[in-house]
Amino acid sequence: MNLAGKAITLHDMSLRDGMHSVAHQFTVEQMAALATALDRAKVPMLEVTHGDGLSGTSITYGFGRHSDEEYLKAVVPKMRHSKVSVLLLPGIGTVEDLKMAQGCGVHTVRVATHCTEADVAEQHIGYAAKQGFDTVGFLMMAHMIPPAELARQAERMVSYGANCIYVTDSAGYMLPDDVSAKIGLLRSRLDAEIEIGFHGHHNLAMGIANSLAAVEAGAKRIDGSVAGFGAGAGNTPLEVFAAVCDRMGIRTGVDLDAIMDAAEDVALPIMGQPTRISRDALILGHAGVYSSFLLHAKRAEQKHGVPSRDILIELGKRKTVGGQEDMIEDVALELLRSRS
Amino acid sequence: MPVNCALIGSGNIGTDLLYKLLRSELLNPVWMVGIDPQSEGLLRARQRGLMVTDQGVEGLLPHIDRDAVRIAFDATSAYCHRDNAGKLGDHGVKMIDLTPAAIGPYCVPPVNLAKHLLAEAHNINMVTCGGQATIPIVHAVSRVQPVAYGEIVATTASKSAGPGTRKNIDEFTQTTARAIEQIGGAKQGKAIIILNPAEPPLVMRDTVHCLLQDEPDEAAIRASLLRMAAEVRQYVPGYRIKEGPIFDGRRVSTFLEVEGTGDYLPAYAGNLDIMTAAAVRAGELMAAHFEQPAVAEAAG
Repeated sequence: MNLAGKAITLHDMSLRDGMHSVAHQFTVEQMAALATALDRAKVPMLEVTHGDGLSGTSITYGFGRHSDEEYLKAVVPKMRHSKVSVLLLPGIGTVEDLKMAQGCGVHTVRVATHCTEADVAEQHIGYAAKQGFDTVGFLMMAHMIPPAELARQAERMVSYGANCIYVTDSAGYMLPDDVSAKIGLLRSRLDAEIEIGFHGHHNLAMGIANSLAAVEAGAKRIDGSVAGFGAGAGNTPLEVFAAVCDRMGIRTGVDLDAIMDAAEDVALPIMGQPTRISRDALILGHAGVYSSFLLHAKRAEQKHGVPSRDILIELGKRKTVGGQEDMIEDVALELLRSRS
Repeated sequence: MPVNCALIGSGNIGTDLLYKLLRSELLNPVWMVGIDPQSEGLLRARQRGLMVTDQGVEGLLPHIDRDAVRIAFDATSAYCHRDNAGKLGDHGVKMIDLTPAAIGPYCVPPVNLAKHLLAEAHNINMVTCGGQATIPIVHAVSRVQPVAYGEIVATTASKSAGPGTRKNIDEFTQTTARAIEQIGGAKQGKAIIILNPAEPPLVMRDTVHCLLQDEPDEAAIRASLLRMAAEVRQYVPGYRIKEGPIFDGRRVSTFLEVEGTGDYLPAYAGNLDIMTAAAVRAGELMAAHFEQPAVAEAAG
């Protein structure tokens, strides 16, 4: 694989997807410290929101320690290099939340839907594009549908005003061939000025390999997370990916020493325990289940005594999608009853 | 004598309403209004003897007096409803609004229908499908003890969410959240909607979480919930508490499933059913009120 000379944009997820690792309990000081370390490493973009996007704070997904606005106000003014993005899931957050983020000086809006439901994003993508944001359509659980169908959904998001489309492997299920096929088709179908991105999860340890396949197929933006902070087994470990890019001659503009320091000296102490591919994370990746379900399934196991493995496998069988965290307790209770 | 009514909007909701109104003994659907001459809803209405127009509400206005239209069900969009409400209101037609426009007061039949009738509102709003399914539960808890925070998650099959819902998904979350407060009785409300494309389509399910101000009176809450679910079942037979109530400190969680009667879309689309069935119930009580005001009030 010869990718020498390609230029890509790395996008750090540790302050958003990483919120799942700490049950949305970052202090604003921790967030500001990690953001500052990423800024120092010249990571071009980083995302700040509740793990489930703007207004994700809830009983269902977990209450954040602070509001999205408090986090954004603690981070945005400190950034000298990095641009800040927010995530929004239609059905959870609204255009009102985008107005708040706008007031905080956010640069990029990413609107996330399940891969078959792009048309719920029309309001939000339309608003963001009209306001002049860098506007991204984020197609989650992209492993669940064939490339042609994914391309149709991507085209819808572009028609609403998105200037970048992400193939999002929310379950950490995809393998490099699948990434190549999907990114490759999107690249051939979308206009050249529309960028393509890839967001990986490391549940099958394919984060780096999939991201390279994405770059080879034409992706310009790659998500990752320092020290692999993130739902499930975390996102593609960003400092590792930056080092691989450096070896392969892919230009990222990131300061390699500084991003390693950010991962080791700042991110890791905040995380408490390092992210690893636990049995449950592996099940997510193997069964194609939304990565954010992991900690919720663990909690249901503790509360109801049903093994998290059984809960996760059942959630996979039922083809649950992102945001259906409320199914976890329901399924646990059902399994409990069927066993008694 | 049944009261003549008009259906505005020929999409999923309007067409499902058509079938329920055709069964009603108190309401007589005489007109269906659409904007697309090819619409399946208009075709079905014509086959069943209704007069139809594809010219929007303008096409109906000249016939209102001749055909004695007293009630109109609006299943268009929030934007269109604002316009429709003005035009039909001028002709003295009462409106039952199934869009999130919410010009008139919210109506969730087992919670506050009688109050609306007594106040003689000219326009009542049916909140949202998620609201109709979950607000009775929030209210069933809040009538026992104060609810500081009510949160609902409505999950419906992708196939049952039409283009109107998709284009205006913010209005769903915002309207439902407000009605959780105003009608459900929670101090603060939050609503989440999820669309799931699984095949075969999944039956509508809803989760209702209430955070109480004080320790829960478990027996009283359980009894209140069962009573409420039975009331909803009077007009939506497929409504049931699937799991719960689960008590966890001051949190009460209830998991619901809403199966439809399969009038227009199949039974999985309980979200359509609960909305249209609630609207028909509101219309029927309104109609009874036209005939004999005293009886309707006493019944409410």
